[in-house]
Amino acid sequence: MYEIRIHSRGGQGGVTAAKLLALAAFRDGKHATACPFYGAERRGAPVVSFVRIDDEPIKVYSQIHEPDLVIVLDTSIMDVVDVLDGLRADGEVLLNSAHPLPGCNGTCRYVDLTGIALAENLVIAGSPILNTPVLGALAKMGVVTLPSAEQAIREMFTDERNVKAARAAYEELKV
Amino acid sequence: MLTIATGNKAVADAVKAAKPGVIAAYPITPQTEIVEQIAEYVTAGDLESRYVPVESEHSAMAACIGASVAGVRTFTATSSHGLLYMHEMVHWAAGARLPIVMANVNRALGPGWNTWAEHTDAFSQRDTGWLQVFVGTVQEAYDATLMAFKIAEDERVLLPMMVNLDGFALSHITQSLDTVEIGDFLPPYHLPHAIDTENPCGYGPMTGPADYFRFRWDIERSMRDARGVIAEVEREFAERFGRSYGPTEDYRCEDADVIVVAMGTLGKEAEVAIDRLRDEGIKAGSMRLRWFRPFPDLDLAGRDVVVIDRDYSFGFGGVVAHAIRSKTGIEPYSVIAGLGGQEVTYNDIADFVRNRRPGTETWFGVSDHV
Repeated sequence: MYEIRIHSRGGQGGVTAAKLLALAAFRDGKHATACPFYGAERRGAPVVSFVRIDDEPIKVYSQIHEPDLVIVLDTSIMDVVDVLDGLRADGEVLLNSAHPLPGCNGTCRYVDLTGIALAENLVIAGSPILNTPVLGALAKMGVVTLPSAEQAIREMFTDERNVKAARAAYEELKV
Repeated sequence: MLTIATGNKAVADAVKAAKPGVIAAYPITPQTEIVEQIAEYVTAGDLESRYVPVESEHSAMAACIGASVAGVRTFTATSSHGLLYMHEMVHWAAGARLPIVMANVNRALGPGWNTWAEHTDAFSQRDTGWLQVFVGTVQEAYDATLMAFKIAEDERVLLPMMVNLDGFALSHITQSLDTVEIGDFLPPYHLPHAIDTENPCGYGPMTGPADYFRFRWDIERSMRDARGVIAEVEREFAERFGRSYGPTEDYRCEDADVIVVAMGTLGKEAEVAIDRLRDEGIKAGSMRLRWFRPFPDLDLAGRDVVVIDRDYSFGFGGVVAHAIRSKTGIEPYSVIAGLGGQEVTYNDIADFVRNRRPGTETWFGVSDHV
């Protein structure tokens, strides 16, 4: 079972990113669950979402304590949340950032999702949309396939710019 | 159609397929997504139903009672404080023999204010005369809601039914969902004692000491008959749609020395614990209790039993542990865990089994308890 923990702030789309990722994995023919952990629901507060992907049906409902992959959609969270907590020794980190994370204990990748969203003018209520471009980055990392990522985005969104942003993130991420 | 959905969306989709004539509900976390989705279906014309946005849960159940007795299939959904606020009408719906279906998204009761999973809300309606089923997956939330209408509306039952799903843990998780073409699975709604709006008349519902008990006994007789009806409906559902359910979901129980009894999502997570324990050579199995009312007969003889209660009856003990003790004569190891969404992992459940002390009670995470 491959376990992913997504860190974001309320309103940034981390919960939707988890659903999109589960849908893409599902379209790849895998079993997948997406599970947001809700604290007191409020915009701007740190939010954690969990995604599990497996070849077998998934029976686990508890939180992910030892993720294989940590995704950070808002690096300002790292001042208040230990995003690397429990990360497996062979685990990976994906940051929404133009720069790498110093002192990362796993394989750290980074891509400027915010810049990609702004370049496509993917903005809602003043906030760049991160949940569709991040799927492209995850496709590049091999978590899901690119066709399934694009299909998942089209199933949940009608605006084709979301697919373009995912492709841009796919191209930009270095692996 | 195979897709992915949350537990709440699955309930809404089942309601859409069942086509109730009236839906009356008041939103409450973590049930809100159910009524929002249904309201969207009604607004978009995908569900021809009268959606009544009432001002309280008490009114929601009252509206369902009125519509149901007028001869219309009805549905509502609630959670926690909302369920308790409608409590008087919950009794009334059963006493009036109205097959209303309600989704209850299990949530703890305040104070302290808590919107996470617990079963105390549903168990507080234990003696109302409602059938109660607890589900463990998104698919099961859909399937059980569809079956609920057929079971409740059967003339041998004619009692309301509650479909329980864990708040957030199941209501908000996204899993695969296979929706079905229900065809004639649900017959048209027919209430033999529906009011006749063509020939209006009034009568006094006063029932004196010479007769009242007969109506109570009639509820119990139907509750007993419901066991057979449930089995029939679950069998027909399996034949039509390929997914089978029973009073419990048993996992690796055949040769088990110890069986974990739990409900809802903890009952599914327990299966992972069982696999770990089996790998260590511990012959463990799990029995996810689906039906709470009517309460099923359980075959637990000769085994150690570990009961996980996501609830508590103060001054007595875990509600499920008490039921197991009284139904089987077995003294279980009673674990109180998961209250108000307390994190309980499969590793914790495996520990409950390894450290079991039958005949005692333990509160998970409360270190000073003896």
